[in-house]
Amino acid sequence: MCGIVGIYLKSKKFEKDLGKMLSGMLVNMESRGPDSAGFAIYKKEKKEEFKYSICINNLVFEKFKKDISKKIKYNSILKNSDHAILSSKENPNKVLSILNEIKEISLVGYGRSIEIFKQIGNPKDVVKKFNLEKFSGTHAIGHTRMATESAITTDGSHPYSTGSDECLVHNGSLSNHNNLRRDLIKRRINFKSENDTEVAAGYISNHLSNKKNLKETLESALSDLDGFYTFITGTKKGFAIVRDEIACKPAVISETKDYVAIASEFQAMAHLPGVNIANIFEPQPGIVYSWGN
Amino acid sequence: MKLDLKKLKLRKVNETLQSIDPKKNNKNYTILNPEGNHAICVGLTDDIDITVKGHVGYYCGGMNQNANITIEGNAGTGVAENMMSGKIHVKGNASQSAGATAHGGFLIIDGDASSRCGISMKGIDIVVKGSVGHMSAFMAQSGNLIVCGNAGEALGDSLYETDIYIRGKVKSLGADCIEKKMDNKHLKKLEKLLKKAKLEKLKTKDFKRYGSARKLYNFKIDNVSSY
Repeated sequence: MCGIVGIYLKSKKFEKDLGKMLSGMLVNMESRGPDSAGFAIYKKEKKEEFKYSICINNLVFEKFKKDISKKIKYNSILKNSDHAILSSKENPNKVLSILNEIKEISLVGYGRSIEIFKQIGNPKDVVKKFNLEKFSGTHAIGHTRMATESAITTDGSHPYSTGSDECLVHNGSLSNHNNLRRDLIKRRINFKSENDTEVAAGYISNHLSNKKNLKETLESALSDLDGFYTFITGTKKGFAIVRDEIACKPAVISETKDYVAIASEFQAMAHLPGVNIANIFEPQPGIVYSWGN
Repeated sequence: MKLDLKKLKLRKVNETLQSIDPKKNNKNYTILNPEGNHAICVGLTDDIDITVKGHVGYYCGGMNQNANITIEGNAGTGVAENMMSGKIHVKGNASQSAGATAHGGFLIIDGDASSRCGISMKGIDIVVKGSVGHMSAFMAQSGNLIVCGNAGEALGDSLYETDIYIRGKVKSLGADCIEKKMDNKHLKKLEKLLKKAKLEKLKTKDFKRYGSARKLYNFKIDNVSSY
């Protein structure tokens, strides 16, 4: 199973309500995924600054803050439950290599505008713990997980991010992920888990770094990724959905003049403002639907 | 009588509709705020009229006998699945597997139905005013599937004795499904069903009939690649 949700705002009207809108969607999708939940939210970027979303696990925040200040020059580090958002103007490659060496933490995402929070537990508790309702932003993607092919851990939770400002959520299962992972490792994509979705995220990062746009990337994914899937993916200014050709995994899109909302089931968006007059349709199998770049 | 799913639990609403006393209860019901909930109006057995004001989730009207259900919105997966009799009218679009395994009754979809519409249907009549997705009427056994728009890939794959009538284009036919001659008997049947769906204006001659070539019924070594 698994539940996937996403909102892309076409106007500024709901920017302040984005977290609240996504929160209701995630809580509703508990029925499809009670094991873990997570979300990626895109905010306005600050010039020259990169943000790193870090799950600090069992570390004491104050101690982590003190230790990290010796290694990285940062502008701010903000605690949100067991996650922290570190903002820095230092070279991202340098920061990433430092953070990746700290075994006690998990780097869950980084970029100019993305923030990612994900944790095991019931979606209702996860969104409450991270105070998702208070978030504002331009677009957001979320996931509720019913674990199938790998363990219930933070690293096994979605969204997956394998590149700057990129994220992916997935409902389904891939059957050729081991081969693809080996191929992508040769192309210097790093993986943190045994999860199939992380491989799809790596595939997307690899294609985007080769200057392909999001739509082209997902179109080539249709022929290279084998299995069942509905993917929602986000980039700094883009948002897209694709379903495999068999289309066993569901998705519904609601589009109004102010937003595009996507969910596994309509019930997850029944609370959204103006949804009853929205254009509601199912994405067709094997066709990429994208907004922004 | 109005049943508001914002105030009442789904189980209470379904129990009310499943235990009608024809002497005491009225026959008209309206369900408010369905909000995409699953299994609304399942297992009904009485001849009652129900209007659902909004979009419904999975399996709406499943196993229906006798009830007349109108959905003023879209329907999720498996609307009217295993329906035995009665009528279900979806005023919006229907998701995949509409009318799956249904033995009887009448299902009308004003919009499109997505993949696997009428999968394993066993006697139901389905009229889709829009188009249907891939693998529609897969392993369909009996009944009629009428599509006023187009049909997706592999229409009627491995079907038995269902008649399929398509007005638009068929992307591809599934294994053992072929176009068949439309004789008077079929034209009359189609006319009757179009009338029942209030589509008298459509001309029966614009439809093409598809059905089983009956080559997969018995094992033949020449067909081994198709089994």
